[in-house]
This record gives sequence, structure tokens and C-alpha cells, in this order.
Amino acid sequence: MIYLDHAATSWPKPPEVLRSMADFLERAGGNPGRSGHRLSIAAGRIVYDAREAVAELFNAADPLRVIFTMNATHALNLALRGLLRPGDRVVTSSIEHNAMMRPLRGLERQGVALTVVPCAADGTLDPADLARALEGGARLVALNHASNVTGTLLPVAAAAALAHRAGALLLVDAAQTAGVLPIDVRAMGIDLLAFTGHKGLQGPPGTGGLVLAAGVDASLIEPLMRGGTGSRSEFEEQPDDLPDKYESGTPNGVGIAGLGAGVRFVMARGIETIRGHEVALTRALIEGLRAIPGVTVHGPLDPELCTATVSFTVAGRRVSEIGYRLDEEHGVLTRVGLHCAPAAHRTIGTFPEGTVRLAAGMFTTLDDIREAVAAVATVVATGTVAT
Amino acid sequence: MSDYGVILAHTTSAALRAEKVLKRAGLTVKLIPTPREFSSDCGMAVRFDWAQSALAQEALAAVGVEMAGVYRMR
Repeated sequence: MIYLDHAATSWPKPPEVLRSMADFLERAGGNPGRSGHRLSIAAGRIVYDAREAVAELFNAADPLRVIFTMNATHALNLALRGLLRPGDRVVTSSIEHNAMMRPLRGLERQGVALTVVPCAADGTLDPADLARALEGGARLVALNHASNVTGTLLPVAAAAALAHRAGALLLVDAAQTAGVLPIDVRAMGIDLLAFTGHKGLQGPPGTGGLVLAAGVDASLIEPLMRGGTGSRSEFEEQPDDLPDKYESGTPNGVGIAGLGAGVRFVMARGIETIRGHEVALTRALIEGLRAIPGVTVHGPLDPELCTATVSFTVAGRRVSEIGYRLDEEHGVLTRVGLHCAPAAHRTIGTFPEGTVRLAAGMFTTLDDIREAVAAVATVVATGTVAT
Repeated sequence: MSDYGVILAHTTSAALRAEKVLKRAGLTVKLIPTPREFSSDCGMAVRFDWAQSALAQEALAAVGVEMAGVYRMR
């Protein structure tokens, strides 16, 4: 079996991640931050250590400004719905995932002005177009770091400079890039970084977070949920202290233990090493697929300009049939369709049929890629024409 | 028994952060349930040897860890 669906979730997870999760349940069974006894402290330490690991990975100064959430969608909702008010303007791109687009469309109905800057057919965003969209000022620029459909990287650092010049904050959705590309919130000027734990960071599902950069005024961001935090228990009002303001209810301690182990695994291997490996895989994937007659590869076609996520279509052939046969006949696991990103597919011209997406991960090998490309070639050469 | 200090934090995360920062600065510290005489800002506080109080406060200030209070216990 060749697993090429890392853009949906990474698999398998490093053994360290599984061990840390079992260890949490076995040895640190207390409720983190709710009591002063040893099991609660043990659980609290594991959660805190994960916070510190995330802060270190993204070069965020203060671990207490790492807010844990269920996933990137939760983090994006917290940032968008917490910050934007009727009358505010927000600028996004046309290559976003629905995790960004749906909360934005919902806010638009509530009176937030939304501008969607069109990307090119390969998914790239021209900073000049963003600059034009920001001429009237904005409260927020909200962009994914890389498309989950084409892998196309967006110019985050340039967007930060433009956003700040317009008086806007920059929110970055790093669901596709955390753990596989260098992310430095300070150097890149990112104000709010939303990440998921279960993709490049090698953690389990049910983990993610929002990093608030040092300069971001948390009083501007309302919590999505209010409730018990284990702190300031004498008050019935939600505390303003971070991270508790945004972390009501018992956290996913076992998941966060796994996330912390995943982040440490990634840091030990080194982002540059991981990225180098994935660029080599992506180059082989793009070149291999492009050599197959009838196959169209979407995206920038340059491994340096995208993640290890590559989408293709075959003229006259259903993506569902290709994906099904890759799985059934060759054991190659892909994801077909719209990938929760209708805007992105409209941008690259593959809506509503969608694409076949192959997404490699840090444990994928060049042999895996060669086998997968050969499987695609066989499926394409022997298929039936869609009617 | 000699005097000891108690550092109160607004959140558990801040208490755990203070614990780490002080350990790195070479102090012997222990997390304890917040003493009853203080409002229970969070379930745990950081206990340290009061003789090292200047060092402790210096270490916290250097890292920018904001605390709810530092108290001397007899």
C-alpha cells in the first residue's frame, strides 16, 4: 500500500507519538490545570511542554500565546469570528479551503465586507493584486500558506508587509505547511497562525492551535466558547489571561501529548531536511505525472513553489474512477474531488469535477512515488472514457 | 525550617512556565497547591527557597513571565 493522502492527514505517525499518548493515559491521568495533585501537575506539564515545543517551532516568543484548539478549522474560526465585526473589511485569496471560506462567508452575511483576491490558474497570488485590494484599508488579511489542492505556496512575508502597511493584521492558515516548511512568525510578520496537529506536525487528529504573535492585542479577539478554565474560579466572568481565555473546558490532553511528541520529532529531524526530502519527492511526482500522455498536472509545476501536494486530471476521464482504481488495483491511496476547496478548484479551472490529488509525506520514499506514477500510467492507459 | 517563597500565577500554564524558567536558572522549585490564604487564582503555585528570591525574580523578569504575585511564607 502506498499512502499518498498526507494533505488530509499524515500516516503512519512516528512511534514516539503513539508512546507519548499511551504514556499520558497510563501515567498522567489527571485533569491538567484543575487540581494541585501530582497527576494533574503531570498532565499540566505535558500540555505545557507541547505549548513550548509549538512556540519554539514557529519562533513565537511566548508559549502562553499558543492556544490549543481541536484543529485548524477551530483555530481559523476563533481568529475570524473572534476578531471581525460588522463593518470590518477582510481580504482573502481565491485559493482558500472551506475552513477559511465558510466562516468568512458566514461573517459576510453578518455585515463583514469580504474581498477575494483572484489567484492565477496555477494558484499563485500576485502581491500586486493583494496591494490593490488593500488600498481601501482592511482589518485583516487571511490567507493559507499553501493550497491543499495544488500545494501552491502563497507569498506570506510579502502579504504581511502589505497587510501591516494597510493597518491590517495577517492571519495565516498553515494547515498544509506546519511541519514541512519553515515558519517563523516573527521573521515572516505573521500575526495569527492557525495550524493543525495531525498533518505535517505528525500528531493525532483532534489537535491544532492558534498562535498569537507578541504584538497582537488579545482584547480584540473574543473567545468562541466560555467556561471553566481552572483559573480565577471565584469569578463568573471569563478570564482575560492567555491561554485560558480561549481554552475553556477540559483540553484534549492525550492528543496534545501526541502533538508535542510530533513537534519534537519534526524539530529533531529538522524542517530543512524534511522540506528537502519532500521537494525531491514532489519533483519526481510532477515529472512522472507530466510524462504520462493525457495527464494534466495543475499548480506551479515547480517543487520549490509548492508543497508535496500535486493535483492532476485526465481529459475525458472521471477522477472518481481513477482514484478508485488506484486504490483497488494498485493500493495507491489518493483523494479525488473538490478537497473541501471549491474556490481553489474554480481558480484552477477544475470545478465541479475536481482533481486526483497525490500528497506525499515525510515517510514517503522515491520508490513510492515511482510506483504510484507507474500505477497512474497503467490506470490512465487502460481506462474507459467518461460519458 | 527556613522561609520559603510562593509565586502565584494567573493560569496553570503560567505557573508551569515559571517552574521551568526557575529550574533553568538553577533554583530548586516545587509545584504546590495554592495556599489557602491566597485567592485561588489557579490550582497550583510555585514554591522556592526564599533565600533565592532575588535570583528568582530576576530570572522571571528576564524572560518576561508575568506573575500574579510573589509572597514570603514563614
